[in-house]
Amino acid sequence: MPNLSLEASLTQSRDSGKKLLVPYVTGGLGDWVEIVHAVIDAGADAVEVGIPFSDPIMDGPTIQEASQRAIEGGATPTGILSEIKKADFGVPIAVMTYYNIVYHAGHQRFASTLSDCGISGSIIPDLQLDEAREWIAQADSSGIDNVLLAAPSTPTQRIKALVDATRGFIYGVGLMGVTGERASLSSSSTEVARVLKAHTTKPVLIGVGVSNPSQAEEVVRIADGAIVGSALVRRMLEGQGPSGAYAFISELRKAIDSLKP
Amino acid sequence: MSLMNTPSSSGRFGDFGGRFVPESLMPACLELEEVFNQAWNDPEFLGEYHRILREYGGRPTPVTRLGRLSSHLGVEVLIKREDLAHTGSHKINNVIGQALLTKRMGKKRMIAETGAGQHGVATATAAALLGLECVVYMGEVDVKRQALNVFRMKLLGADVIPVSSGSRTLKDAINEAMREWVTSVESTHYCIGSVMGPHPYPYMVRQFQRIIGDEAYEQTRVMLDGEVPDYVVACVGGGSNAAGTFAGFIDSRSRLIGVEPEGGAAINNGIPGIVHGMRSNLLQDDVGQVLEAHSISAGLDYPGVGPEHSYLSSIGRAEYVTACDQEVLEALQLVSRLEGIIPALEPAHAMAWLIREAGKKIPAGSTVLVTMSGRGDKDAETVAEILGGGI
Ligand SMILES: Cc1ncc(COP(=O)(O)O)c(C=O)c1O
Repeated sequence: MPNLSLEASLTQSRDSGKKLLVPYVTGGLGDWVEIVHAVIDAGADAVEVGIPFSDPIMDGPTIQEASQRAIEGGATPTGILSEIKKADFGVPIAVMTYYNIVYHAGHQRFASTLSDCGISGSIIPDLQLDEAREWIAQADSSGIDNVLLAAPSTPTQRIKALVDATRGFIYGVGLMGVTGERASLSSSSTEVARVLKAHTTKPVLIGVGVSNPSQAEEVVRIADGAIVGSALVRRMLEGQGPSGAYAFISELRKAIDSLKP
Repeated sequence: MSLMNTPSSSGRFGDFGGRFVPESLMPACLELEEVFNQAWNDPEFLGEYHRILREYGGRPTPVTRLGRLSSHLGVEVLIKREDLAHTGSHKINNVIGQALLTKRMGKKRMIAETGAGQHGVATATAAALLGLECVVYMGEVDVKRQALNVFRMKLLGADVIPVSSGSRTLKDAINEAMREWVTSVESTHYCIGSVMGPHPYPYMVRQFQRIIGDEAYEQTRVMLDGEVPDYVVACVGGGSNAAGTFAGFIDSRSRLIGVEPEGGAAINNGIPGIVHGMRSNLLQDDVGQVLEAHSISAGLDYPGVGPEHSYLSSIGRAEYVTACDQEVLEALQLVSRLEGIIPALEPAHAMAWLIREAGKKIPAGSTVLVTMSGRGDKDAETVAEILGGGI
């Protein structure tokens, strides 16, 4: 069980000169627990585990399909959370889900379940700051770092509020769009990273549209780290299994580690 | 103060509403709120909106007394004729407003979701009228069962994108339109078709639809010698024709009745939840996954409902009831035969409740206004298939 908070853990690694790598894995999909172990073995600093939702409006076709398959396969929020508890992964785990899953369980119950399962963070892309205050207060009191997202369209004034209210890290959305692989890194990714870095000392991670080692390397030239979701989940859907996941994350690790400060 | 006033600054009607959207969409929601509030207080904008609805949209639509059905039921039935509005439903009221706002924001393109295709047709129409590009997202299931409307949209110059995810109906068309909106929000306005979605949509669409209720209030007072109807009835999918109708009668003594489809009755069978940017009643399973609705009527095949209806239900000002597919089909045929008016399947729900409850929950001799939200042409094929034999 990690005893540092998500933010403390990521900040410590970042301050030691390391770039951060956070893969996203759809919970409840096939051999996802083994996949999480594999990406940790390959050097993930933390892992985002998705609790699938029926209507994922921030997700493109890959994660939509993964979510649908997982739900059809019987995945449930409590099932996924208790597997995380049982697995005791050893790096910080943040759950990524949509707000109805949290709201349906109830803030207090959801927060205490996360905490009981040794989970360090929450990422809820349809719960923007103005609606998030109650959940953040509840998460804070249960030791859960709620991560807020900032987008290329976010005005400066609001960036200040977001970096102030976020915990764990600030999630910079790399492009105007939904999750999914892209042929090249959007120029907005580095732009968002630059703006966020100028406004906070909290870790700045960029996700959405970071699809391969060279894109990850490009984005961490400015950002503190990269989040890679669809590119990994596609490999899960293709049945590449833990060994495929390990190989892919190892390549990403190598690419971002090659960048010397 | 009226019960249907402006929502709170966070877009709340009581506990319902709000703005549950990705951060990327927040600037667009805030801009839309500001632009709508300005426009709604701008005599020039309102003049243009009313002029188009009058000269182009066929407003005011009449209120018709249904003599033969009234004798048959023993209650006095009046209907508000949104079926006579241009494009065949009330949806035109909302899209003219939003298309004018699109221009006011300097955007050149509208996207929309559609279930029955009526909102898609209306959006494509407004886009053609005002020289805007238009893309409509429609579930694959609905593309099949509303083929006529798909063809109309294409004739009007819109692109129709079939959506193959999830239940492949209205709910998924909305998801896909929202995803597309995140990508193109700089140039594109998302023209939501009902009183749903993130603030300011539920409020804004109700204001654009209140013309139904405001007109009907004046018209029924004349027809009923200064009285208002005892009952005001409308079908509820997302709830825009109902909200627009209720807005005109909210401060009167009329009893307000929303009729949900039995297989998509968010207020009757759902609990509060969050989807499509709003908190409202929602059909969901025991962990919070959104359930699919099942209705004969594509326009009501939606597991959620506009937040203001959840509010009106929670305070007891409006009552929500259900009608099942079978009684809807019977109502559609009865109204057609007795009155020479073929209702769309959606308002046939409102007629079905009236026909079932006349002389029971609705005391004999009552006066009832039903909003005839659209005409039945689009459903001819569906109905023909069910009744046997096809067209
Ligand atoms: C004729 C008609 N009535 C009603 C509806 C349902 O929408 P709302 O509940 O927003 O009025 C539709 C939707 O497509 C429709 O076409």
